[in-house]
Amino acid sequence: MSDAAAAAELAARVSYGRLLAYLAARWRDVARAEDALGDALLAALETWPRTGVPDKPEAWLLTAARRRLVDGARHTSVAAAAEADLQVMLDERAGASHAAFPDERLALLFVCAHPAIDEAARTPLMLQTVLGLDAARIASAFLVAPATMSQRLVRVKAKIREAGIRFEIPTPGELAARLDAVLEAIYAAYGSGWEDVAGADPRRRGLAEEAIWLGRLVTRLLPDAPEARGLLALMLHCEARRPARRDAAGAYVPLTEQDVTRWSLPLIAEAETLLSAAARANAPGRFQLEAAIQSAHAQRALNGKTDWEAIALLYAGLLRCAPTIGARVAYAAALAEARGADAGLAALDTIPADAVVAYQPYWALGGHLLKVLGRNAQAREAYDRAIGLSEDAAVREFLLARSGSA
Amino acid sequence: MQYTILVYETGSELAARTDPKRKDAYWGAYRAYTTALREAGVMVGGAALEPPRTATTVRQHDGKRRVQDGPFAETKEQLGGYVVIDVPSLDKALEWAARCPSASTGAAEVRPNMPPAPPPA
Repeated sequence: MSDAAAAAELAARVSYGRLLAYLAARWRDVARAEDALGDALLAALETWPRTGVPDKPEAWLLTAARRRLVDGARHTSVAAAAEADLQVMLDERAGASHAAFPDERLALLFVCAHPAIDEAARTPLMLQTVLGLDAARIASAFLVAPATMSQRLVRVKAKIREAGIRFEIPTPGELAARLDAVLEAIYAAYGSGWEDVAGADPRRRGLAEEAIWLGRLVTRLLPDAPEARGLLALMLHCEARRPARRDAAGAYVPLTEQDVTRWSLPLIAEAETLLSAAARANAPGRFQLEAAIQSAHAQRALNGKTDWEAIALLYAGLLRCAPTIGARVAYAAALAEARGADAGLAALDTIPADAVVAYQPYWALGGHLLKVLGRNAQAREAYDRAIGLSEDAAVREFLLARSGSA
Repeated sequence: MQYTILVYETGSELAARTDPKRKDAYWGAYRAYTTALREAGVMVGGAALEPPRTATTVRQHDGKRRVQDGPFAETKEQLGGYVVIDVPSLDKALEWAARCPSASTGAAEVRPNMPPAPPPA
């Protein structure tokens, strides 16, 4: 790759989200801002090898993209749009000499997770606009056909424009609820395509790195938000255990059997620092609770013990603010460890059957608990369901072996 | 809406069907998969196919008949079976395809079934 091409790629990677957020916020049109920025990047690849890489690549890209947007606006025939564009053009001329431009990424994140945006589209939109990921990669992570994903993204950008969703930071009164939606969307990227994030195949990283990057960005942009720190702590705790989820032969290792010397202590330390900083705000929430649960698991690396009563209690707290099926199954697992398989099975039995028809962790835990209780025929049936619902070959083999010995 | 999941398997997977060391895991995985499909109420039908070497292909182009031992095309991944499911959307169909054991080794191709042709007017 030539120096100019490398510089263009670096500028794109480092600045894409900032440039796009700024352009989209000024022009209130995500799709046009993306097209203009895409054209500017192409122009850079053509121009920079001849002219050399400019001193301020970001400013160059911004100027080129603005020019495209202004040219595009001149050709548009819709009067209303033209009027709005004219105002932006005047603003742009006034502000064009400013070298620095404001960071609008936080406003963009709030647009992506706006209540008017379909929940399923929020994370993909965030990944595409803030990180510049292409639709095909996002589609693979979320197990959606690439053509479908492209259409969804096009539709949602049209909605932002047509509904006039504003690029702004919510008022203090709305902030907590709106931030929750942003954090949910980031967490969805971390666990993309996985029902059981903690057991996920460490080779298939999905979008974990991207999600952590977004988590860091939000904690930087909103340093006073304890839940943002909680989410980042949660993701870092899960990330710390990634290498221990498979043994040397590639076989699946459940959390309770993982070799703690393969957990990343620096990541655990960073997560713990974030979590205690969040706790000082004295405003607990879903992500801080989930991070606290992972923090309790992490203690095993320090003192060799797991306090299952404490973990069950934290899950009971989590169920009050986020009663998801995943949390209910995990609560049953913790109860089983703390008070015996009977207690765990009783908790599992309170989950409605139609909610777990295709939920693998429910059946895997059920198989395990029934086997412990010596109800082997039922254990094998539950294991069978779990095996049939598994996506990962290593998890399938692990469950087949457990079922075979039941 | 009905979709067909075409189960494409590698030579190694097809060999696992009769390998004494691997056949239990192979059939266990497929039995569990079809059980999960049935219990979820989405299974319409399907079949495992005998391996490609048992195939016989017939062509009658331009009045010339050709009968050939073997499959239509020799490729690295061969059709090993199919499952027909009834689910509300392609997204759901892809979730089930991802759970198909062949998705981890070969491939699982999803196609919407066409509605039956309308009767002649």
